[in-house]
Amino acid sequence: MIKDPQALIMRKESWEDYYLLSLQSPDIANQAKPGQFTMVKVTAQPYPLLRRPFSIHSREKENIEIFFQKKGVGTTILAQKEINDSLDILGPLGKGFRVDPGLKGKTVFLVGGGRGIAPLYFLAEELAAIGASVKIFYGTKSLSDLCLKDKFEKKGFELFYSTEDGTLGFKGLVSDLLKAELQNLIPEYIYSCGPELMMKKIAQIAADKKISSEFSLESLMGCGFGICWSCVRRIRKDGEETWLKICEEGPVFSKEEIIW
Amino acid sequence: MTDLSVDLGFLKLKNPVIAASGTFGYGLELAPFIDLNQLGGIVTKGLYFNPRPGNPPPRLAETPMGLINAIGLQGIGVKRFSEEILPQLKKYEPAVIVNVCGESEEEYVSVVDFLSQKEGISAFELNISCPNVKKGGLCPALDPKETFSVVSSVKKTSSFPIITKLSPNVTNIEEIALSAQEAGSDGISLVNTFLAMAVDVKTRKPKLDNLFGGLSGPAIKPIALRMVYQVASRVNIPVIGMGGIMSGNDALEFLIAGAKAIEVGTANLVDPEATLKIIQELKDYCKKNGIEKIEEIVGTLVS
Repeated sequence: MIKDPQALIMRKESWEDYYLLSLQSPDIANQAKPGQFTMVKVTAQPYPLLRRPFSIHSREKENIEIFFQKKGVGTTILAQKEINDSLDILGPLGKGFRVDPGLKGKTVFLVGGGRGIAPLYFLAEELAAIGASVKIFYGTKSLSDLCLKDKFEKKGFELFYSTEDGTLGFKGLVSDLLKAELQNLIPEYIYSCGPELMMKKIAQIAADKKISSEFSLESLMGCGFGICWSCVRRIRKDGEETWLKICEEGPVFSKEEIIW
Repeated sequence: MTDLSVDLGFLKLKNPVIAASGTFGYGLELAPFIDLNQLGGIVTKGLYFNPRPGNPPPRLAETPMGLINAIGLQGIGVKRFSEEILPQLKKYEPAVIVNVCGESEEEYVSVVDFLSQKEGISAFELNISCPNVKKGGLCPALDPKETFSVVSSVKKTSSFPIITKLSPNVTNIEEIALSAQEAGSDGISLVNTFLAMAVDVKTRKPKLDNLFGGLSGPAIKPIALRMVYQVASRVNIPVIGMGGIMSGNDALEFLIAGAKAIEVGTANLVDPEATLKIIQELKDYCKKNGIEKIEEIVGTLVS
């Protein structure tokens, strides 16, 4: 964990309620792995008090990016930040996705729902770098929520879209799109991040087809670095079910570990 | 050079800044990130005799200038603590203060008895006041007789000094503090968190699975300060003050009100370097105001 009290905002993009900030933070960028996250103090003022967790969306040299949806007090303040403002951040935190060199030449599916697409860009880049064939399933409510469509396409990843209203791609849920695609091809690994219910369905599909899979969980967090014990989740580990801290032991867990 | 050391009588601290229980893990978690040796003391996460699973989530609700927690004292128990944590923790300079919990008077005694045989502990902080374990937050610190009973039993067993941690969820805090003193407590620390709740208006459900939790953070500071002042004015054993301390200035308010040392809690969650920042700000204040020894300002409220 590194504390960077002044990570400079280098770039900002926005789409209705979604935002992307690129933060200059060389040490954090240098250590970051896909699936890890950062705790951001959205204001130097004392309210809101707690930092907010954001997964690391991408790494570009000495910058890391965060992608978020404006929802509550914290993200509303964060959405108002502009280029050249700076943020106090901690990172990289948690354990990320498993990027096994053995996946070279193998096909992997990355399934993201809504803002859950955020950590999958960094993951896709790292998997592509080791020579895995990366196919991305990106599901949202509507075409207007598919903010990162162009960004993924520019990198040449193979993409499968679903929208609940059918404005682009498969009409319906991304889990159903995945199910349909599994008729054609069984990947070596499935990685996923998104709403709880979506991930639960995908875990079930992966279990039925006996595909190894990992999920990045979301939680309210007090600290993000393991001292407050707020962000626990029922996890099966070494044959035992316990409350494990998502911030420290996760946020990524395998389908076998998560108790849905 | 400003002398930041404080003498609690039963315990000398290199400075008055102590990391509060439940906001600093077992003490070692932050060792890779901050220089623990700068701290005056570390209070461990509360320990029951056996490991405890804690409460189901959600365990946390953020509120304006504060947070409500109902962790439920998830923990590793005394055996693992003394085998895995204590041998490491005692290598550091800060006073190691073990926060002791119990579901019954017997359990407090057995935790203290077990740990009294270990090396590396400077004092026990008796947590007779955690509001988030049971619904309703019943605990000995709500009653002077129960406080007296548990403190005196523990005192008989303990090889180390006892700091009794009081709950603010009482009508007459001075009465409880005097009971603890009478029972032989070596010091008093206060305040624990305020019993609180929050509601999600969309679902109409409580924001905590436990319904109630303990409110901490800057929101409670003025009330905590008032209670610390009241207790410090009445007892003749040292008082350790806490409640929403985020800065050196906050810490100074408690010292001036009569606390000999202070604990920093919620601030650690926001900034893992909070304790170090507060120590630096205390140094700066003393230097700027020509104070040679920080103890000089304890209990100097001008009326």
